[in-house]
Amino acid sequence: MPAQLIAGNSAVIIGAMYAGCDCFFGYPITPASEILHEASKYFPMVGRKFVQAESEEAAINMVYGAASTGHRVLTASSGPGMSLKQEGITYIAGAELPCVIVDINRAGPGLGNIGPEQSDYNQVVKGGGNGCYNNLVLAPNSVQEMCDLTMKAFDLAFKYRNPVVILADGVLGHMVEALKFPDEAYTPSIDTTWAVCGNHETRPNLVTSIELDFSKMEKHNFKLQDKYQKIRENEVQFETYMIGDAEIVLVSFGISSRIAKSVVDAARKEGLKVGLFRPITLFPFPSKELKALADTGCKFISIEMNNGMMREDIRLATGCANVDLVCRYGGRLIELEDIMKKIKEVA
Amino acid sequence: MAAKERIIGGHRGIHDQFPRKGGAAITATHYCPGCGHGILHKLIGEATADLDIQDRCVIMNPVGCSVFAYYYLDCGHVQVAHGRAPAVATGISRAEDDAIAISYQGDGDLASIGLNETIQAANRGEKLAVFFINNSVYGMTGGQMAPTTLIGEVTATTPRGRDPRDTGYPIHMCELLDTLKAPVYIERVSLSDIDHIRKARKAVRNALQIQKEKKGYTFVEFLSPCPTILRLDANGVEKFLNEQMEKEFPLKQFRDKSNEADPIVRRPSDFTKASLDRIFGIASDSAPGASPDLTFKAKNVKIAGFGGQGVLSMGLALAQAAFSTGRYVSWYPDYGPEQRGGTSNCTVVISGEPIGSPVTSEPNILVAFNRPSLEKFAPEIRGGGIILYDTMAGDYQAPDGVRIVPIPALKIAQGKGAQQAINTAMFGALSELGDLGISRESFEKALAQSFAKKPKLVPLNLEIFKLGSEAARKEVGAKLKVAVVAR
Repeated sequence: MPAQLIAGNSAVIIGAMYAGCDCFFGYPITPASEILHEASKYFPMVGRKFVQAESEEAAINMVYGAASTGHRVLTASSGPGMSLKQEGITYIAGAELPCVIVDINRAGPGLGNIGPEQSDYNQVVKGGGNGCYNNLVLAPNSVQEMCDLTMKAFDLAFKYRNPVVILADGVLGHMVEALKFPDEAYTPSIDTTWAVCGNHETRPNLVTSIELDFSKMEKHNFKLQDKYQKIRENEVQFETYMIGDAEIVLVSFGISSRIAKSVVDAARKEGLKVGLFRPITLFPFPSKELKALADTGCKFISIEMNNGMMREDIRLATGCANVDLVCRYGGRLIELEDIMKKIKEVA
Repeated sequence: MAAKERIIGGHRGIHDQFPRKGGAAITATHYCPGCGHGILHKLIGEATADLDIQDRCVIMNPVGCSVFAYYYLDCGHVQVAHGRAPAVATGISRAEDDAIAISYQGDGDLASIGLNETIQAANRGEKLAVFFINNSVYGMTGGQMAPTTLIGEVTATTPRGRDPRDTGYPIHMCELLDTLKAPVYIERVSLSDIDHIRKARKAVRNALQIQKEKKGYTFVEFLSPCPTILRLDANGVEKFLNEQMEKEFPLKQFRDKSNEADPIVRRPSDFTKASLDRIFGIASDSAPGASPDLTFKAKNVKIAGFGGQGVLSMGLALAQAAFSTGRYVSWYPDYGPEQRGGTSNCTVVISGEPIGSPVTSEPNILVAFNRPSLEKFAPEIRGGGIILYDTMAGDYQAPDGVRIVPIPALKIAQGKGAQQAINTAMFGALSELGDLGISRESFEKALAQSFAKKPKLVPLNLEIFKLGSEAARKEVGAKLKVAVVAR
């Protein structure tokens, strides 16, 4: 497996193309723009389709259109753009279309700045648009995972006919690390049982999210909730580091989990029994696994670059009322020293 | 009585019955008596059947009364968000080259909430037939003012009549789109009476023929009756269309470039691994990747200077050199308020094991291209660290236990007539410090690789690299000598 030094945003496009992604639609926004640049460069080289859309709304609706044809489709954005895309995402979820959306989270609220933050957690993990729906959400923490999880995202999107969001941040998008290229390239096929492709076979098909009949609309909601339950049961992914004997468990995702891992090493050197639990899927959230950990009597500290959005999920999962939080905002990364300080407070 | 209902004059392109609608009247539409939608559905259905394109057609069902066009027209359907039909159609058309995308939209949808999508899809010249139903009001939501409401017209939100001082004037979509270069066909017709409907029928066929031939963007506007919202009877609404709407929106073929337009044909996608490997250059440019070496102590290198001095590319070259030696590496460009036009810096971490944080507040080595960078980052360097800086920055008192090495990098680069190669001179100096466990050969190879797109510049840069490393050697040698004498 050959490796190259690659930036995280480029790795997304590499993963997508080896996963058989056929169309990219996007709108410029820092710090996600390199994904758009790379798509504009590489997609047309192999006849894949690229359009720079006139707006974030147009981009996600182009995704909706191309996804309706059963092709593998990608878009990418950042916080303010994700807010604009929510309308399209709820339509995609409602119509049960597969697609992958990459969010290179920047600091907010409002225009904020272009530094990293993890504050899109709620708008991505909890829905964000109208109605009861869930995105599948994957949180990479390395350039390798920016590629690998993008590939996995397409599989999940088609397995469940559901939007999958890659929730990353400005650091992961811009940092350069070694990337081992995918071993295989996937050639997609169209599922003509539901897609609308403009051909004889799919002429009877309909992609829609409107249903005037209350009972039928409720039934559709039941169906969606069943699907999300199945996802919760089958797709949880997480990683642990030194939690075997841990008395304090840091819970962290994305770039913050890299810093948290360094903290575990530093704390262990000082004889502190600290471990790391890193959710890779944010929806489904690894609730059962965290509950099992809580039952061993350990304490939790949530490490995230927002006001404790994931901490709420940890509290719900574990039933622990006082889950501590170390956080930063505004583009500032969490500092190793601040986590150590909190560990010593809690210990 | 449902049993007695029938569709007059046949129903080519339209389903025999409407089970998607449900209810008792399985062959009746949901539209109000006298509504223009029913007429236009029939014109479109017949045209798709007669042109033999039903299989290829995908209709965007917009928000509005025609959201249920899929009850009736016998082809593929996608229901779309308010105003987004041209964007959704773009996605469909790009993904499926043979599909015929039809965007069926009302005035609020097309000319108000979706105006941007409308103009942009037209301007891109998408392969798309837009059928625009202009009845001067919002129908489904209860008769509010539309962008095409006439001056003085009473609606749910203009109870005293539309006053241009508050609400502006009716938007003329055909005229607006006629300012663009890409559209192939633009025409405004009316559905007011039999004579007008005949002309409308022709316009529908012209547009769909152009789509069949993949020739690009077509736009047909239909002045259309909405007797329910306008509270008019059949004669009244016909008169309203012919006498008032037509006056504001003159019927006209604005353009027909179908004869000179070439078909737009997009090539099929290539999914082979060989092609991907080729475009990403992974066969010719591969390394085995990193391997663990716990004897190697991780190094954090901070490189800082003005934007344009090649700070970031020097960091990348360093990362490449270390990577080719089998180290784990990360490179990260720091954000700062001065991102554009000011100072710029990056952090390179070189390690014998997988890297935790790619950002460090305590670098082992600082490479400073200017005084502000030196002053900003030098205090962060730990004891035993090294500071490499350009002599132009002047004298600097290093923190305790930190080795400080001034390099005339800019002077060296200028001496070779290549001021912008200051980073190459610095790179050479860094290679000489020898603390990174990277061979000179790896440094040089990484340098050459960073000029892969401008191979002509490689020899000059290798020369500057050499001068930089010699300068560092001299400087370090001199310092050692001073140290020996002092002892």
